[in-house]
Amino acid sequence: MSWWTPQVEAIAFALFQALVILIAAVGAGALLTMVERRLLGLWQDRYGPNRVGPFGVLQILADMLKILFKEDWIPPFADRTFFVLAPAIAMASLLLSFMIIPITPSWGVADLHIGLLFFFAMAGINVYAVLFGGWSSGNKYALLGAMRASAQTLSYEVFMGLSLMGVVAMAGSFNMREIVAAQDTIWFIVPQFFGFCTFLVAGIAVTHRHPFDQPEAEQELADGYHVEYSGMKWGMFFIGEYVGIVLVSALMVTLFLGGWHGPWLPPIVWFLLKTTIFVGFFVLLRAALPRPRYDAVMSFGWKICLPLTLINLLLTGALILIFSPAGG
Amino acid sequence: MEIAFYLSAVVAVLATLGVVTGRHPVHALLYLIVSLIAVAMVFFALGAPFAGALEIIVYAGAIMVLFVFVVMMLNLGEAAAQQERAWLRLSTWLGPAILSGVLLLVLLVTLIGADVGGRIGGETLTAKAVGTLLFGPYLIVVELAAMLLLAALVAASHLGRSEAHDESHAVRQVPSKRTADGRGRAASERALGDDTSSEENSR
Repeated sequence: MSWWTPQVEAIAFALFQALVILIAAVGAGALLTMVERRLLGLWQDRYGPNRVGPFGVLQILADMLKILFKEDWIPPFADRTFFVLAPAIAMASLLLSFMIIPITPSWGVADLHIGLLFFFAMAGINVYAVLFGGWSSGNKYALLGAMRASAQTLSYEVFMGLSLMGVVAMAGSFNMREIVAAQDTIWFIVPQFFGFCTFLVAGIAVTHRHPFDQPEAEQELADGYHVEYSGMKWGMFFIGEYVGIVLVSALMVTLFLGGWHGPWLPPIVWFLLKTTIFVGFFVLLRAALPRPRYDAVMSFGWKICLPLTLINLLLTGALILIFSPAGG
Repeated sequence: MEIAFYLSAVVAVLATLGVVTGRHPVHALLYLIVSLIAVAMVFFALGAPFAGALEIIVYAGAIMVLFVFVVMMLNLGEAAAQQERAWLRLSTWLGPAILSGVLLLVLLVTLIGADVGGRIGGETLTAKAVGTLLFGPYLIVVELAAMLLLAALVAASHLGRSEAHDESHAVRQVPSKRTADGRGRAASERALGDDTSSEENSR
């Protein structure tokens, strides 16, 4: 075979990796829909869905059948283009962000040197899913949800960027692989503890998860921005949310918990283990916390998180300058 | 890389035309977002990924969200489109269009005459290089921009504060679009709910 050159092999392997990571991300998102309800049941002292299959593991199949075969209804008063576009943005922007995450030393899709900025860009575009979905539905609850989403976005996006600048300053790069390599001796969660806390808050806000789910707040807004959606379009918002959880967990592991670093076990096991712990933490938050009032969330973002990240960045910069070799 | 450059440049031009000619304000905003992303792709193709990423984060991700936020709440319908049609008569836009066409012609002639070959796909500028330039030779520009932003911030904070203060003893029916405090937001939400419900009834 003359065409099977090392170059072709490299391309084929890269494509294979990308496909596996994509399918694993979507699969993890789908699996989480069941796992979350089981965990919520456990923590709230009740049964979750446990009827379909052993321990309810086939619940995903039942849900998928239901979602796929439901009538895909577009309301006559909706703006069709935007209505169809919104779920696609919700899913695609988050899935694309998996591109920059280095899973093991040899696995990962793209090695961009603006890695982290790519995530910020995708998180910025992800907001339009909620905005367009809410506006195009032609429904006042949906519009209120979209309004809340945009106000919330403006308040968390500023400190989300700033909270990670300490990590970038310490690693000296936006590249995710270099950030992982810089945590060889000490995980960034120790020197960048405040950065970790604020990014955790911002990360939950990116995924619109409890306690930052004001845009969908089912008690007040009857599900907010996706109230008019049904069938697989709603399913894409739904799975997109869980893909977001996996994404933010994986990012937190990469940025603050040393990525694949760890003793004894192989790198992939460490990475998956740490990511699973964060995903569990997300579910626990939902089980434990009430939903705060919506202006309280915004003032928390602007008055506590933003100053905290600024002070953290200032101190990090000062310490790096003090301890770096003179003239370096 | 040249193909990427020309493709995204064509997308940027077409999307921008869509912004100008679009009747529907939210559709025009979508075109504007596409145009900004296309410009970011142009930056990527030219070897400036840092500028491209910032273009998406700042313009497409933050500023356009504000635009969409405001336009969404205006609830513009057929009346607004008719008004725009009435304002945008041939005599209104013909003069500026001809003048801009002349400028475009001058630009094109200059570009064709100048030596610009072989610039695309050259070196890639890293974020570190951009930072070194910004805080080296261009430090004074960065600081002036920072001062300007600080002034804007102080002014916005002052304006927001005085209105919030007035609001505490003003009539509750006057809705405020300010986001300075929770009460203003709640009031505007209420007002918006009323607006849409009355709109719904009229339908």
